[in-house]
Amino acid sequence: MIIELEELKNLGRLAKIELDSRAQNRAATDLNNIMQMIAQMQSVDTSNTNPMENPLDAIQRLRLDEVSESDHRDEFQALSEHTRDGLYTVPRVIE
Amino acid sequence: MAWEVVIGLEIHVQLATRSKIFSGASTRFGEAPNTQACAVDLALPGVLPVLNEQAISHALTFGLAIGAELGKRSSFDRKNYFYPDLPKGYQITQFAHPIVGRGAIELVLEDGEQLTVGITRAHLEEDAGKSLHENMHGLTGIDLNRAGTPLLEIVSEPDMRNAKQAVAYFQKIHALVKYLRICDGNLNEGSMRCDANVSIRKPGEKKLGVRTEIKNLNSFRFLEKAINFEIGRQTEVLENGGSLQQATLLYDADKNETRPMRSKETSEDYRYFPDPDLLPVLISQEIIDTLKSRLPELPEARRQRFEKMPGLSSYDAARLSEDPDIADYFEAVVEQSKLTKLSANWVMGELSALLNRLDLPIEKAPVSAQQLGQLVARISDNTISGNIAKQIFEDLANNPNVAVHIDDIIESQNLGQLNDKNALNDIVEQVIDDNPVQAQQYRDGKIKILAYLVGQVMKQSQGKANPKEVSALLLTKLGSL
Repeated sequence: MIIELEELKNLGRLAKIELDSRAQNRAATDLNNIMQMIAQMQSVDTSNTNPMENPLDAIQRLRLDEVSESDHRDEFQALSEHTRDGLYTVPRVIE
Repeated sequence: MAWEVVIGLEIHVQLATRSKIFSGASTRFGEAPNTQACAVDLALPGVLPVLNEQAISHALTFGLAIGAELGKRSSFDRKNYFYPDLPKGYQITQFAHPIVGRGAIELVLEDGEQLTVGITRAHLEEDAGKSLHENMHGLTGIDLNRAGTPLLEIVSEPDMRNAKQAVAYFQKIHALVKYLRICDGNLNEGSMRCDANVSIRKPGEKKLGVRTEIKNLNSFRFLEKAINFEIGRQTEVLENGGSLQQATLLYDADKNETRPMRSKETSEDYRYFPDPDLLPVLISQEIIDTLKSRLPELPEARRQRFEKMPGLSSYDAARLSEDPDIADYFEAVVEQSKLTKLSANWVMGELSALLNRLDLPIEKAPVSAQQLGQLVARISDNTISGNIAKQIFEDLANNPNVAVHIDDIIESQNLGQLNDKNALNDIVEQVIDDNPVQAQQYRDGKIKILAYLVGQVMKQSQGKANPKEVSALLLTKLGSL
């Protein structure tokens, strides 16, 4: 599979990154190399192999449903330049 | 031309947990913004999600209640998209291996018709934060208190054929999750929200038409109106020779219309992949057996049991069983009064009107089930009249005191029915003497005037006389018996 320019632009849009034409060419080369490697991996017969969600041979530990966090809003909001009345603020987004 | 309508719903149920699905922050509704958003919810660097076992139990409980396949090995995936109320840039959800697989919901519709709605899957995921636009002066404010609240997304098959069926299905899920105590069912607070997928096709056509998805409907009425609007819109487009575009829509309740949310050019590509921060979840048979043994009586079983109670109609049974708290209250009243029909009438009549008037949920009823049971028992054994009972009920509603016994109120305020024949006799004779004109009118054949005389006796006895006895006594005295 070869990544076309249009697909690359779409990936850039989804990742919210702007690519100039040089960066596009570089990214296209890199991604196509990666895709080639994946194609090679795809040729391995995995019909008797279970899908692996995680490389660790372990299962998820669960925690009790208890509230263990308290309010640290002021400390957290000190990290942001954009807050008002306890809210984080962003440029207007409305649908 | 008639079109066949095809509807499927995705219902988001906020699970009733104290803490969030992947963090120890509280899920309590209505707190000051961002006071319940911890480092995990804010996606600060270096944090890791740790799964809440209660969210797993609630999801499995739902699966067991609908007889669904359970994902004994399930896993979490990342759904990638950018939005300000999603700080990580992805939502943790279940894509490949959901915790609940195929199941079904049986519905009985208004006209008695039965419908089976297939459940495709139900998966766990985290809720996003809230975006606020009012009084923000051109900005959007982000409150992340809701971010990370556990959600169970229940996806149905496209098995519904009109808006009424969709509403009946949503109501059924609403009742079920409340019965299971896995969600508070509070639609006003957004505890349940639903997306409707709607398409139309020519009757007999196998292939589905182009569908649109109406997002974020949080009331039964809006669901019905939005679907009906959308059916009308799609029909009009196709009948005018146009073609439909797959789209995500928002329903505007004020204007009663749907409008596009995201255009096709920017339609989402979520690029799901397994979340490396979370390991697979294994569910043992032991856990499943324990949860199964704890399943409560389900709405349908309770409705059928109520229907068999003496004097209760199918309507009574349906209404009393639709909400588990009302059903519990009703059963507590019956336990006290030993009377099913009269208790049902009071719960659905006076009590329901009172709660509507005060805008209170039944858990906060100012008259306890025990008190209402005592009251019903005292009406039935003729200790008090229906009018006096209403008066006691109103007094209790205005000055709630769940500790007081109804018998103590009756005794301390001397409200017992006047069963002393001599005393009643005296009042009746007095009323006849005081109203000679009306008494004569009655003797002359104007029998309707009797109601006036009964009213006078009731007034004299301060409502404590038994109207039937008063009537009988008046008839005797006036010479008719």
